[in-house]
Amino acid sequence: MVFQDIGQHISRQFDEDLESLRSKALNMGGMVEKQVENALAALTRADSSLAEDVATSDYRINSMEVAIDEECAHVIARRQPAASDLRLVIAIFKTITDLERIGDEAEKIGRHAVKLAAVERSPTYFMELRHLGDQVCKMLHDCLDALARMDIESALAIAEGDRAINDEYDSLTRQLITHMMEDPRTIKRSLRVMWCARSLERIGDHAKNICEYVIYTVAGKDIRHTSFDQVKAELGDINDN
Amino acid sequence: MAAPQISEDVLLHRASPKLEEEKTCFECKDLSLYYGPAQALKDINMLVPEKRVTAFIGPSGCGKSTLLRCMNRMNDLIDIVRLEGELMLYGKDINKKSVNVAELRRKVGMVFQKPNPFPKTVYENVAYGLRLQGVNKKRVLDERVEWALKGAALWDEVKDRLQDNALGLSGGQQQRLVIARAIAIQPEVILLDEPASALDPISTLKIEELIIQLKANYTVVIVTHNMQQAARVSDYTAFMYLGELVEFGATDQLFTNPAEKQTEDYITGRYG
Repeated sequence: MVFQDIGQHISRQFDEDLESLRSKALNMGGMVEKQVENALAALTRADSSLAEDVATSDYRINSMEVAIDEECAHVIARRQPAASDLRLVIAIFKTITDLERIGDEAEKIGRHAVKLAAVERSPTYFMELRHLGDQVCKMLHDCLDALARMDIESALAIAEGDRAINDEYDSLTRQLITHMMEDPRTIKRSLRVMWCARSLERIGDHAKNICEYVIYTVAGKDIRHTSFDQVKAELGDINDN
Repeated sequence: MAAPQISEDVLLHRASPKLEEEKTCFECKDLSLYYGPAQALKDINMLVPEKRVTAFIGPSGCGKSTLLRCMNRMNDLIDIVRLEGELMLYGKDINKKSVNVAELRRKVGMVFQKPNPFPKTVYENVAYGLRLQGVNKKRVLDERVEWALKGAALWDEVKDRLQDNALGLSGGQQQRLVIARAIAIQPEVILLDEPASALDPISTLKIEELIIQLKANYTVVIVTHNMQQAARVSDYTAFMYLGELVEFGATDQLFTNPAEKQTEDYITGRYG
């Protein structure tokens, strides 16, 4: 396994190309993170104007994805990257797809938040949603941090943390089902809350994917659909070498 | 349009070959080579698998051409060369005194950087090696010349010009003619020393296409400065540096996830 900094190519322009790709992807990550935070704040504070803002500004993230996609294609066509450079370009290519989808989920939460804010002022279950939301926001933040530092140890820990989010989501779902059974008048509203929870859970999955790309970039190992114990053993072997 | 049906086995098959499953053609054991006092190859240990394309890459002066030239004893022509260790072709050391060098070179053909056709007709260039072997029947010669030219993907372009002087062909055609001359005598191994470095991109692609076809019947070893070329045509790649073999492995692996930092630096353009 060999991974090194982007710099030190004989062609300085190549260093700049890769650095530009990396910083654009990180910028896009920052924008997406802000969108998720805003969506969650709009939801829990029943702030319809913030929610509207989140729902209508996803197009900026979409255009960033298109621009970075194009830049990746240019780097591949002009530089024919190999080894760690190639893995970095592939990882960025895939990361921005997940980031764009996180943006889509934030947009969905924003749209539901607009509707929910119109229905009632003191929404039930927002405490639980907030708890799940905070967990997801932290995971996303840490995952972007691991991406910026290319830190495989935290990437692995964060990916593993996706289980806790799935558990939280399951528990919230059970509570909502009970609530709907007890009082069918709440079904419409509860379903919106459930869709928001679902979006948060999906954001966790996308963050996990990004962590997997970090591990691929640094260690050259594709760990998708592999158990964490196996991954740890394999990464341990790599570090020993 | 309906998608073609592909079985799951094919879809899941990962194409990288495995060295341990290959049959060995050449094997170097602690091979060292000296030009006078200067050591050009240092304890090389590697296998060249049969009917695969093996590429040697590395910066100028790293010993890759020297190692290639060991494989048909071209270094014998240089007085000050001294060899240590063993270089085996199918288990037999080719440097033993008992080995007939002409016979070895019949089995192990070589093509150089600059095409070097003889100043004869296209036909005679290809038939030359066969005539040396004592094949003189016109019918046999005609068949073998056509077969070799087809094998070198040149037949369609020269079939009406067989009696023209070979020096009138383009650079890419001359290089394919030289490859036809090499395969006409049906060797087991073809050594290619920078076969496409003097050619334009289209002729280069034709040579690369030819190399991929040749591996169905021959073991091919190629030295190239063009890393993308090594990545495109070879199954296995050896990276050499200052006379040492730094890394040898499946090409897919070496170009996506090399094990050694020196290899990484070289293929990503951080070398130097």
